[in-house]
Amino acid sequence: MLLGYLAGAVFFQPDGGWLGLLLALLVWFVLSLISFTSADSILLSLSGAREVNPEIHPRLFHVVEEMKIAASLPAMPRVYIIDQQAPNAFATGIRPEKTAIAVTAGLLSRLNRDELQGVVAHEMSHILNRDVLFVTLAGVMLGSIVIISEVFLRSLWFTGGSSRRYRSSKKAGGQLGLPLVALAVLFAILAPLLTRLLYFALSRRREYLADATAVRLTRYPEGLASALEKISSARVALPAANKVTAPMYIVSPLIKKGSSLSQLTGTHPPVADRIAILRGMQVRANYLDYQKAYARVKGKDAVIIPQSGLRQTEVIGIRRPSAEAETAPAGKKGIREAADLMRAVNRYAFLLCACGLKIKVPPDLEEPEIACPRCGRKHEVPLAQLAAVTAAAGALSAQGDAPSARPDGADRPAQGREQLVYQRKGQGWESFRCACGRVLQLSPAFASSHLACRNCGRKTLIMEPAEGAPA
Amino acid sequence: MIFLIIPLVIIALIVVAFIGIYNSLVRLRNQVRNAWAQIDVQLKRRHDLIPNLVETAKGYMKHERQTLENITEARSRAMKAEGIGQRSQAEGQLSGALSRFLVVVENYPDLKANQNFLALQEELTSTENRIGYARQSYNDQVLFYNNKIQMFPSNIVAGMFSFTQGEFFEIEEQGEREVPKVDFGDVGADTSQ
Repeated sequence: MLLGYLAGAVFFQPDGGWLGLLLALLVWFVLSLISFTSADSILLSLSGAREVNPEIHPRLFHVVEEMKIAASLPAMPRVYIIDQQAPNAFATGIRPEKTAIAVTAGLLSRLNRDELQGVVAHEMSHILNRDVLFVTLAGVMLGSIVIISEVFLRSLWFTGGSSRRYRSSKKAGGQLGLPLVALAVLFAILAPLLTRLLYFALSRRREYLADATAVRLTRYPEGLASALEKISSARVALPAANKVTAPMYIVSPLIKKGSSLSQLTGTHPPVADRIAILRGMQVRANYLDYQKAYARVKGKDAVIIPQSGLRQTEVIGIRRPSAEAETAPAGKKGIREAADLMRAVNRYAFLLCACGLKIKVPPDLEEPEIACPRCGRKHEVPLAQLAAVTAAAGALSAQGDAPSARPDGADRPAQGREQLVYQRKGQGWESFRCACGRVLQLSPAFASSHLACRNCGRKTLIMEPAEGAPA
Repeated sequence: MIFLIIPLVIIALIVVAFIGIYNSLVRLRNQVRNAWAQIDVQLKRRHDLIPNLVETAKGYMKHERQTLENITEARSRAMKAEGIGQRSQAEGQLSGALSRFLVVVENYPDLKANQNFLALQEELTSTENRIGYARQSYNDQVLFYNNKIQMFPSNIVAGMFSFTQGEFFEIEEQGEREVPKVDFGDVGADTSQ
């Protein structure tokens, strides 16, 4: 890449030599400064992603945390949901300490647990393999080369004629200049094209590598394979994505026209090949096996895994599917679930009416009562709940870092003022029901005066057992 | 003069390399320890989860008293166990009891419709996965660390400061890796095992 960049700089020689080089360096420097400091936040806001807390989608958080453990990342990535029906996902973060993973609502409603895990693992692999850094760097290179050659070509258009007229009096200078100018023009036209092709080829290789790493992390190639199958069959374009952000996603968010040219200019390898390779891995989940499967499917011996990865020949078995392998709800129900999810992200509250209708309460509603749109029953608006949800979301965005685990609810504001008391019967294991219906467990070692419910946050006063109670 | 500078530069370079290698060895060793602690964190998480799970399931699973008791028993054994060998055996038994429980649950549609239970089940699945991935990550870290200790030139530094090789985590019980076989014909009649 550096070579391509230097070539881009060299063609400034006829115009101003070192000045051109300096200018090119400046362009490159400014672009990379911008992208390194704020690439992730720009990308996240461009895609319309919103940060969420664990309560909104516990499963997504669990899966991300599982993969964080498997990848030994130093910090939990922040989790974002994009309000889009198209199933897709991407990861950002130049340093592994500060990363984010974003998935669309459509993805969550379509995939089951194992598949979601495969997708998250693929994104985590991009972080782990420093692909985000690579894409950012390569994007900056590409961008600066395009800018420089554009500027050069355009300036040549205007100054070229005049300089030749000026040089015509000095024949020697003109003859030396002409081949150089021609060479520079050739470079200026070819450099962006070649860099772009190189960029695409590298980007496709990184996708294969991320697939291989994902399998290594999850020990379960089938999860990612069937996720890719579902994602590619969805055929919904992601309006928020464009050519620049495309390489970040798990599959290309732009709908292809299906020409053979896309083999050369796509940022992602054909999904069918990726699935075939993943399904070709049957015994082990290490890099070597992926490389073998790749060679079988593509019929060529291109090495896609770095040598250091291939040297790790430890035996890694493939695990079995998780007990709950039910397919995620499809069709209308799936869409409804995705919509509910987005309402939860947008801090709606839900009320279940006796007639079976789920009433969605917007966060800014201030009426004390709401009538069911189907049967007309009056419901009390859970203003406290709305306030609590909003406060929790506000705290999350203020806090900046996502909590590493599911918060145990003790820090959530308690609802209502009623005093809950439980009288212990003895010293052994005991359980009681909180006002919200959740069963709480007391251990023999419990020594505090209050127990906070993990579900609603209500605190219950725990009374010591009466005298003479059986131990 | 130049004969004095050259050896000095070489010695300085060696010292810098030495410090670098030593520090990276310490970092790797700490990562191994951290990964080991992570397994403990996840096992603790599972212990905390079980009482709630059993309590919620109790009302629905009247005929599975034995399965539930097995879990509670295995949990208290695992919490009391001392030493790595005894502990991993107890945790293995707990894993077995839990996976049997998750299979039996399939026969109780009422329980599976309970929102509270669904959340707990998701927690349990996630915790089981985390334990697996924490072990996996520990083994990865041990592999890096051992490679570093055995390879030249870091093996010299490792030998001088007696960095000992890490031990891989291996699952003692073969049964833990296998999905329990269940004959759906007589679940409920005999679930003691």
